[in-house]
Amino acid sequence: MPLVYAGVCSHAPGITGRSDQADPQVRDRFYDAFDAMRADLEAAKPDAVVVIAAEHFANFFMNNMPSFAIGMADSYEGPIEDPGWLGIEKQSVLGNRDLSQRFITEVMKGSDVSYAEEWKFDHGIMVPLHFLTPRYDTAIIPVNINCQGPPLTPLARAWAFGESIRAAADALPERIAVIGTGGISHWPATPDSGKINVEWDLDFMDRWCRNDRDALLDYDDLSVYADAGQGGFEIRTFIAVSAAAAGATGTVHFLEPIPIFAVSCTVASYALD
Amino acid sequence: MSLYAVQKFLYELNRSEAVQVTYRSAPDALLDEFDLTSEERDALTEPDIGKLFHLGVNGQILMHFAAFHQIEWQDYLQRMRDGIAKHGPVREGVYAMTTALDEEVAPVHSTSPSPASDTPGEN
Repeated sequence: MPLVYAGVCSHAPGITGRSDQADPQVRDRFYDAFDAMRADLEAAKPDAVVVIAAEHFANFFMNNMPSFAIGMADSYEGPIEDPGWLGIEKQSVLGNRDLSQRFITEVMKGSDVSYAEEWKFDHGIMVPLHFLTPRYDTAIIPVNINCQGPPLTPLARAWAFGESIRAAADALPERIAVIGTGGISHWPATPDSGKINVEWDLDFMDRWCRNDRDALLDYDDLSVYADAGQGGFEIRTFIAVSAAAAGATGTVHFLEPIPIFAVSCTVASYALD
Repeated sequence: MSLYAVQKFLYELNRSEAVQVTYRSAPDALLDEFDLTSEERDALTEPDIGKLFHLGVNGQILMHFAAFHQIEWQDYLQRMRDGIAKHGPVREGVYAMTTALDEEVAPVHSTSPSPASDTPGEN
């Protein structure tokens, strides 16, 4: 049936791991936006949540790096990171192998993807789930787009992949939600951590809300790297969600820089039909 | 020099508790499996976060490695800066440093200027 939810959010590890170091007023409003996103997601009653993430070498490395990968298991584990550091205990996260297999089969009609029957979640998925499915009992279908190891997935292919995800969701009888996670501009895990280009972020999210394909694809890796840092490469996940929203327009629920979290913390969603 | 091998080792370590146990108990045997220079091997054994950043290890891989070693966030950032100061700019890869060594990037420390003012009600 038609896609039941499409949104995006940040996933930086500091969001849970360094919460005590952030300005509490800004942080709490950000957490409130996550809570509202969870309420919207629950109201959509998804049978599965497709989480389009930009993972950080938890499963995929430069020995065999897929442009796109989708998980196909009944359960997943995470986080790979030290639980104390991330502020999230080790979990077993519910999956749905049968649904994943049927979903992947449909996606493959439009996009070439790898599938994985093993998948360890890092902060890129665990931080969003900590807020959005905190009991870890909603079936997750993990998705990865290569935003880390150049050559990276081209933006236009990320858009086409999003279209394939939408077609797959629409073709299945289950209620499918899609959430993209990533940073916008940021220089994570470097001495520049905390550097954020707010103007660039606002402009990008304006394009995202308008769901303007041409504007969203009007970036190249060199300019993104210069203006938005290596973390900016993660816009691929947001762009895939835009395509999956199939022309719907979006709303930014929260977008403010929190330097100790190393990113403009973001929560946004599309108004699907 | 093989940045690929350094990162491959860290990738295996970061994602596997079994590898982590071996790393703690028999690091030499584990490191023997990777084609590393002595410089790289020393940096991984110490661990020398600043040297590894200088060598070009992807920040995401390095961040998880630092977390594994219980290195606190601000200490992690400082170790990378110290590595650049001591060894020079990042040799390769996309996780380079774009700010000056003495530049305060952002108020990433607690929003309170000192521990003494880190009290309820302060923003």
